[in-house]
Amino acid sequence: MRNDNIYKPCLMRIEKVTDEAPDVKTFRLKFIDDVQARNFDFKAGQFGEYSVMGEGESTFCIASPPTRKGYIECTFRKTGRVTSALANKEEGEIIGFRGPYGNRFPIEEWKGKNLLFVAGGIALPPMRCVIWNCLDLREDYKDITIVYGAKTVDDLIYKNELEEWNERPDVTLVTTVDPGGETPAWKGQIGFVPTILEKMELKAENTIAVVCGPPIMIKFTFPVLVKAEFKEADIFTTLENRMKCGFGKCGRCNVGSVYVCKDGPVFTYAQLKKLPAEY
Amino acid sequence: MTPQNKLLKKECLPTFVETLVKGGKLLYAPTKENERIEFKLIENFSEIYLDYIQTTKSIKSIVFPPIEKLFEYVADKEHVEIKDVNLNTIPETIVFGAHPCDAASFKVLNAVFTWDCNDEFFLTRKDKTTVIGLSCKNHDDYCFCTSVDLNPGSTEGSDILLTRIENDNYLAEIMTEKGEAVYKLVKNLFEPAPQVDKNAFVTQLPKLFDLNDLRGKLSFEGLSWMQQSLRCLSCGTCAYVCPTCSCFDIQDIGNQTKGKRVRIWDTCALPQFTLHTSGHNPRHFQNERWRQRIMHKFSYEPERLHVYGCVGCGRCSRACPVNINILENLIEISGGNK
Repeated sequence: MRNDNIYKPCLMRIEKVTDEAPDVKTFRLKFIDDVQARNFDFKAGQFGEYSVMGEGESTFCIASPPTRKGYIECTFRKTGRVTSALANKEEGEIIGFRGPYGNRFPIEEWKGKNLLFVAGGIALPPMRCVIWNCLDLREDYKDITIVYGAKTVDDLIYKNELEEWNERPDVTLVTTVDPGGETPAWKGQIGFVPTILEKMELKAENTIAVVCGPPIMIKFTFPVLVKAEFKEADIFTTLENRMKCGFGKCGRCNVGSVYVCKDGPVFTYAQLKKLPAEY
Repeated sequence: MTPQNKLLKKECLPTFVETLVKGGKLLYAPTKENERIEFKLIENFSEIYLDYIQTTKSIKSIVFPPIEKLFEYVADKEHVEIKDVNLNTIPETIVFGAHPCDAASFKVLNAVFTWDCNDEFFLTRKDKTTVIGLSCKNHDDYCFCTSVDLNPGSTEGSDILLTRIENDNYLAEIMTEKGEAVYKLVKNLFEPAPQVDKNAFVTQLPKLFDLNDLRGKLSFEGLSWMQQSLRCLSCGTCAYVCPTCSCFDIQDIGNQTKGKRVRIWDTCALPQFTLHTSGHNPRHFQNERWRQRIMHKFSYEPERLHVYGCVGCGRCSRACPVNINILENLIEISGGNK
């Protein structure tokens, strides 16, 4: 939405709080103002500025898909001042939201293709948005494979949804935890995401790969995909530089002359390779 | 509108200024106090000091205050009320006696604050501000406006530009509708302009490097940013005094029940500027932050916003506590003016 005061947040009520993992929560948010609710639209991959009055704003992607109308969700880990204040909020309380900002995953261009989603840790939320977006339009896509890893079993987020994806015949789900992060009952893989990915029979032909994770995971995942003959322009990721405004004015999220908030956060590996290492 | 030239006699200048002040406009002008020259809100002409080379701080705070209130709020658990700032209360303001470098700086700020969506706080302040510029009689070793496509008599950004000519009278070039509106308030003080070569009355500042050469040679990876920035303290003074540095933070002042959200000056010189929550920092080292400063002004802004983020005022070099001289560095990178 755009209004005269571009810094003014919309007010949103917390409809539901889900504890995902230690210190990780998901909020389901609804606009208080009907007009704002009606006019709101976004695309998979976009982000917003979430705020607690008196504490400040924090940047997260929208973690729910645009195909699910009437609410948005965000998932965050309690780490700094704003996320700690958010974590203390309960159902029924009000927070601020500005957005949507940034570009998006071009999922219309992926029609008729296989999709490989690779995520690590707290980076599943941006991918969850696009996964559900594609699953809600399931007929548009061919094979859908999701590879998701976290440090420990406890740290895996969206556990109910992982179960749901696991049971769906039209989704291949591979979950893994870092060595030492497993429990006796753990039935998934053990190993780092790139290692697990390397052991899989990846078919690059007619396949789009989406990779979201900590920088170290991304760094080791791209070569695995390139070795499997994925085209660099078919590998997508999101960058997560620090932001304040969300619309190219506050001056900190740029990578070279590229503004993550305007030109991103979604980039292909081909685009990333042309950028300086400033992220 | 077509610019028009008039003559403002030296003895009419005090009446000119005081009429505007009495007419209810806020008037900022250079003042000198204990050897320190700064723009201040003035009431009488006698407070003004026009015979200056450069003020320590720029005029940007008039259109882009160090702390800008974005809104106020009152909140409890289930209600939040956001109270808008009434931009109509921003007063009509005149900047009197700004040198052409400062006058030109608003164009750079404007590019940042309007390129994607309009920042109404900046735009309202800018629209309500009239710049009465003053051509430069003198320059010092830090000045380099002629190297960034400006000059000591440039009308760029001035609504009226004054140039001191024969007998200490002023040539007034009325450039814009805002300038004309001010002129109309004090029309009786002006006389027809004489034929005059303005350039004979402004300081002659040689061009020291070529902007295109500089841009051609700027390179993210290829330059020794380390050497130029080795003694930098990361204090951010350069950005504080800079007329075109516009990066900001957004912070809340208050508590969870009552307070305000503000936009507050920030700078790429500070390590916290880009620090991620995880502890990772894309610009961890000072040379990376210095590179950002130079690249942003001379490569990214021209590429993205079609303006250079520098007006050659030299303030950053004058104010730097460890004497980093941006002009020397730009000459070094560009190879100088051959």
